[in-house]
Amino acid sequence: MAQTVQATAVAPTTETQPDVELRQVLKTFGAEVAVRQLDLRVQPGEFFSILGPSGCGKTTILRMIAGFESPTAGEVLIQGANVSRVPAHRRPVNTVFQSYALFDHMTVRDNIAFGLKIRRMGSAQVRDRVAEALRLVRMEPMANRYPAQLSGGQQQRVALARALVNHPAVMLLDEPLGALDQKLRKQMQVELANLHRQLGITFIMVTHDQEEALSLSSRIAVMNNGQIEQVGTPSDIYDRPHTPFVADFIGDTNLFPGRVDRVYPAQVQVTTESGLRVLAPAMTPAASPLQNIVVSVRPEKINLSLSAPGSEGNCYQGQVSHLMYLGTHLHCVVRLSSGEALTVRQPNRAEGALAVDTPVYVHWAAADCLVLDAA
Amino acid sequence: MREWGDEGMGGWGEIRILTAFAFLTLPTFLTLPTFLTLPTFLTLPMAPISSPKIPWAERLAPRRWLGPVVMLGPAGVWLLLLLVLPTLLILEISLVPGLRLGQPSGGYGLGNYLQILQPVYLRVIGRSLSFAVGSTLLCLVLGFPVAYWLALMSPQRWRNLLLVGFILPLWTSSLLRAYAWTAILRPSGVLNTIFTAVGLPAQAWLNTPTAVFIGLTYSFLPYMVLILYASLEKLDTRLLEAAADLGATPFQGFWKITIPQVLPGIAAGSLLVFISTLGDFVVPTLLGGASSMNISRLIYNQFLGPTRAWGFGSALSMLLILAVSLSIALLLRYGDKSTVTEPS
Repeated sequence: MAQTVQATAVAPTTETQPDVELRQVLKTFGAEVAVRQLDLRVQPGEFFSILGPSGCGKTTILRMIAGFESPTAGEVLIQGANVSRVPAHRRPVNTVFQSYALFDHMTVRDNIAFGLKIRRMGSAQVRDRVAEALRLVRMEPMANRYPAQLSGGQQQRVALARALVNHPAVMLLDEPLGALDQKLRKQMQVELANLHRQLGITFIMVTHDQEEALSLSSRIAVMNNGQIEQVGTPSDIYDRPHTPFVADFIGDTNLFPGRVDRVYPAQVQVTTESGLRVLAPAMTPAASPLQNIVVSVRPEKINLSLSAPGSEGNCYQGQVSHLMYLGTHLHCVVRLSSGEALTVRQPNRAEGALAVDTPVYVHWAAADCLVLDAA
Repeated sequence: MREWGDEGMGGWGEIRILTAFAFLTLPTFLTLPTFLTLPTFLTLPMAPISSPKIPWAERLAPRRWLGPVVMLGPAGVWLLLLLVLPTLLILEISLVPGLRLGQPSGGYGLGNYLQILQPVYLRVIGRSLSFAVGSTLLCLVLGFPVAYWLALMSPQRWRNLLLVGFILPLWTSSLLRAYAWTAILRPSGVLNTIFTAVGLPAQAWLNTPTAVFIGLTYSFLPYMVLILYASLEKLDTRLLEAAADLGATPFQGFWKITIPQVLPGIAAGSLLVFISTLGDFVVPTLLGGASSMNISRLIYNQFLGPTRAWGFGSALSMLLILAVSLSIALLLRYGDKSTVTEPS
């Protein structure tokens, strides 16, 4: 498993100075290690997401960039300056909090003006900047309301405006859409993307929602257990995961841990513990026989048919053991005769007479598999 | 023409005195629990209870009034007998000028109230106000850091114990605590022993207003700390992080976020201490001496002192009730969160 993945290895723009850089950052809370020896570089103008399950340390990273926590060891740099010991109020970053943290004793207008007034900006300029921010988030009619009089989505917009009005070098977003319902979240995702495009500043977003990260980000860091598993573009992460964790966390997948027993020019044959033989694309560097690897195949790459297919590649017989109707598609679990349970995603077409216990064939091309290092 | 007190000190006359005195002490006891719970009420929006469309027959159905009557009835009767009726009695007595026990009175008039305007009595009222304002400010200044530390900085596992320790003195009789202070403050007392031991000049604080300020602040500080603690404990510290994120120093964060957020608590605590100290009797009597005559001691003198001027005493009582009621009204108006806003 990759211990520390250098973000620069896959960064689209390398030689520029990163907006935010973490060097060998370690953070412990008592005996508990939240972030271990982590390196990260975020380039100017990126929409960078930190994605991981809860408790993986992603929020701690954001809080160290914002200045609410200081690293136990290592350095945090913002635009080349080491800010590891600089308090939050002197850092050129602004945060959108998960709970919004709006000042409920102030109107929307005063909330947004807070940062500017603190910096002793002239009142005419404050008025202009606040008006601009209100327009950007389309909250002009609500300027004189109090946060308690706003809906969740509106509070979210005020929190955004309060941060971006200061023209920060970097915007930090901590699960910004976590408290919104599904429909509003989709809508705010579009607005966030638009804002990022209009402002051109660096966004760093922490989220546990893989769909949100995939749809918004220019790059994603997938975290697990205080470490970065992989950094890359959304398609890197989804189509070319480096580790079984990433493959499993980003979307659904079927994992076959096993060992290589035959090496062909373009393919390898892997045998699982239960004796299932799976054909997978050849690895670089070439796999050696008896090497332990994990083969991953996405549910949507697997085909399901009632009669024996004539195609090459992987083909197995099994029985439908679960069937879930999900509108646009069917989610099936197929139990193979060798014992493995496979998740299969089938488009919802009228042809199927699928039911629990129906005998079926599952098949997919070797090229649709991914080969991962065993963890 | 009616005659007052002709029954002597037995029968109804005695009951009248008792109820009058019951009343004098009651406001403190009755307002105390109200004020302790007020911070909770202030944060709850009041929902309108009545709806206009319900027909009368429906409104008078027992299931609609039985619950409230059962729950409010006993306390209601208690309040009616010991608060409302005595207040009305005192109001009546206050409207009879020149009332003397066993002598015919000259009918109703405002003479008792006009008597309050004499400079000697205005000075007493002024002194009562300065005792109340001064000890309220002292309690606020001394109590805020304690409440802040308890609510936001003290170790979680010791917090409740520390809080209990702080309010422990409240379980001792206030009279005993005032006596204890006389032992500390008297010329040959504990304080002066320490002062002379460390080379400071001895102080003759007993029987001066200084002793009253010390005694009142000591007595009511725990209430202030409790109310401020309740308010500070609810403070969302994420707001302070947000303020720091927006460039506010810890000092700016304190004045622009913490203080406005706990202003209802500050208002509730200050008004509670103000009301309690304004009418306090024990501390000024035991610690203040002759130079610290305040309104409650003046009222006491009118009823039990040599003058026996019940009418004037009742007028002073009505004034005190008015001042306390005004303070409560102020609290309800300005203790409310939605009105606490920064001028922009």
